[in-house]
Amino acid sequence: MSITSLPPSSELAPRARSRGTHPLVVTLDKRSAPRAVFSGDQLLEVDLPAGTRCIYPRPPMAALKDVEAAIRYALNHPLNSDPLHAKLRPGMKVVIAMDDISLPLPPMRRPDVRERVLTVVLEMLADHGVEDVEIVIATSIHRRMTAEEVRHVVGDRIFKAYWPDRLYNHDAEDPKGMKLVGTTDHGEVVELNRKAVESDLLVYVNLNLVPMDGGHKSVAVGLCGYKSLRAHHNPHTMRDCWSYMDPSSSALATSVERMGRLVEKTLDVFHIETTVNNRMFDRPLEFLHRNEDDWTGAERAAFKALAFTLSKVPQPARQAVFQRVPSPYGVTGVFAGECEAVHQKTLERCYAQYLVPVQGQADILVAGIPYISPYNVNAYLNPLLVQVMAQGYLFNLYKGQPLVRKGGTMIVFHPCSDVFDKEHHAPYIEFVHDVLPQTRDAVEMHKKFEERFATNPAYIEMYRKGHAYHPAHPFYMWYWGEAGRQHLGRVIVVGADNDYIPKLLGYETARSLPEALAMASDGRRDPEITMLHIPPITMAEVSA
Amino acid sequence: MPASFFDVDGTLVRTNLLHPTVFYLANQPNPLRSLGALARAAAGAPRMALAEMLDRRRFNELLFAAYEGISQDRLLLLADEAFDSVVKRALYPGARDLVQRCRAEGHEVILVSGALDFLMERLARHLGATGHISNRLEFKDGYATGKLLRPIVAGPEKARLVREWAKAHGQDLADCFAYSDSYSDVPMLSVVGHPCVVNPDLRLTKLARTYAWPVIHLGDRPKVARLLERMP
Repeated sequence: MSITSLPPSSELAPRARSRGTHPLVVTLDKRSAPRAVFSGDQLLEVDLPAGTRCIYPRPPMAALKDVEAAIRYALNHPLNSDPLHAKLRPGMKVVIAMDDISLPLPPMRRPDVRERVLTVVLEMLADHGVEDVEIVIATSIHRRMTAEEVRHVVGDRIFKAYWPDRLYNHDAEDPKGMKLVGTTDHGEVVELNRKAVESDLLVYVNLNLVPMDGGHKSVAVGLCGYKSLRAHHNPHTMRDCWSYMDPSSSALATSVERMGRLVEKTLDVFHIETTVNNRMFDRPLEFLHRNEDDWTGAERAAFKALAFTLSKVPQPARQAVFQRVPSPYGVTGVFAGECEAVHQKTLERCYAQYLVPVQGQADILVAGIPYISPYNVNAYLNPLLVQVMAQGYLFNLYKGQPLVRKGGTMIVFHPCSDVFDKEHHAPYIEFVHDVLPQTRDAVEMHKKFEERFATNPAYIEMYRKGHAYHPAHPFYMWYWGEAGRQHLGRVIVVGADNDYIPKLLGYETARSLPEALAMASDGRRDPEITMLHIPPITMAEVSA
Repeated sequence: MPASFFDVDGTLVRTNLLHPTVFYLANQPNPLRSLGALARAAAGAPRMALAEMLDRRRFNELLFAAYEGISQDRLLLLADEAFDSVVKRALYPGARDLVQRCRAEGHEVILVSGALDFLMERLARHLGATGHISNRLEFKDGYATGKLLRPIVAGPEKARLVREWAKAHGQDLADCFAYSDSYSDVPMLSVVGHPCVVNPDLRLTKLARTYAWPVIHLGDRPKVARLLERMP
């Protein structure tokens, strides 16, 4: 693939314009080094025209020095709630729910912060004579975590003591395992995990990676099923979302909030939320966080060596390498107590890590799509997830205005291979190869196909007893891209190894970045180009 | 309302056609006759093994020849016991749930099996299935002749019978489901819109991966199959 040089053209003439005032918004000039981008599990170097703004992630925030102390402090000094110990009494029934492996990305190096929180909580429960304790992994309709994945998150001690009888995955399709909590005044049905509903106390242990996680979503989504998800995971609600990452402008978050408030009225829930910094790469690759112009000679050589090696080894080997390297995230905050007060603090910490102020929108947004998303931990990033990453996650990494103007173009890098994990993503295959050829219209597929998939007994069995996503999930993945689809004029993918998958997704293809930029500029002399330099995660706070 | 067609042996129960046959042969009116019948069956085993590899239909014919001379009364008298002690206790955990799930979604559930009709009738009742397509013994003067009445339910014939059933009941096969563990049922799996393989062996796992058919496990899955499934 040749995408490293950009021939000068009148349409893409270099400009010397300084727009970014924040040090993490870098305007490239003619002497700028090539930028590093992910294209799935490969790394590429690309030359962008002078004048392109490149938005870099903030450096990782300082991690808490004594996480255990922070956990104990949060439990004993909760927000708008009695301390956890004051809620405990011998003989009571406690259910602890926790986030699944979709967070963080990549998985966290051991000990995962959930293990640390669980250790303190379980000790406290034992000290107060609480013996009836069960731990539910709040998978909602995500795939069940495997035993090894659970062990990674909760640690050996808890795993040995609780798995599988008292530590298990939520099953949203167990007819006896779900219980109706009620219906909101907007008609949203709230049906949750029966064990959680019937407990005397529900403790939720969250790991908040991005602002759309946590809060009411933890219980109202993590422990619900298809009946409840339908209320907000639909094309209409998704189209009404301005930014998924800004709960105040997300119709999805508003609906979840209504359902969550109903939950809080009915159940006694004690929320524990944790935030992590964005230290995704450990020391040898830490330079990937930074501006390429600031790399040392050794770092440049290391990048080239890594990119070369990745280009030479077969795909399964690349995947294995990336999957086996957990991230050295540092814990930046632990907050506990009542849902909304806790989540407010969490959001502040999240935004402090991610938000980079950016002035003005661009005509063209350029971003590489990495190998991982919340839905393919230990699996390949299949074409539907490429779409989710492009129009769902990367497009939505903003607060205020979208990074790209209405009708603008997004250029992404990914091979878009027709490859799926046959177990995790079994229903995705039928979705991509049977539904997408018939329609890309989210409303039409919602009406015509969703129900049929969602009630397919074979797929449901794979979800319940195997490790497959629920058959409604591929639809949600498509709806997830809906806000981006409605806003963007076009998406051009660079480096696709085939034409038909991009066509199914509604994308155009280009063999190189210059070709993509020429297509995107569409005759305009000076299109404004912005590159989002991820991973690690960064979010733009865009003002007009 | 779509239909779900289930193969039985190896799909819903871990036994195969041999197990109830052995039960009947071992429960003859006297031990001597039982011994003789079992010995004859054992002597025919190599031929049956060969037939199993080459032609499922021929295998069925050879197997059911062992029933020759058993009275119809005896077969029916022992049917409840044969069902309870051989079939019911061999049901895979989750088999009943899967059938119930299909019923809850409004599917007609039809068991399609080379096993004998009086056993399948009991299994259908136990699982909550709506019907069965199964083999029937030929009787003369109240005694089994050792032959099967046509059509013999096996291999590609299952596909034809499923088509026929769907036509007779106004079903669009594109909306229907089929479940099987066996490569010999690929024709049946291929005629429906939603095939699904259950507890597959390596050969069927590979085929299912090629066609992206759902794979489910009601029993323990072999390690090789697990490894194969994890590959992209």
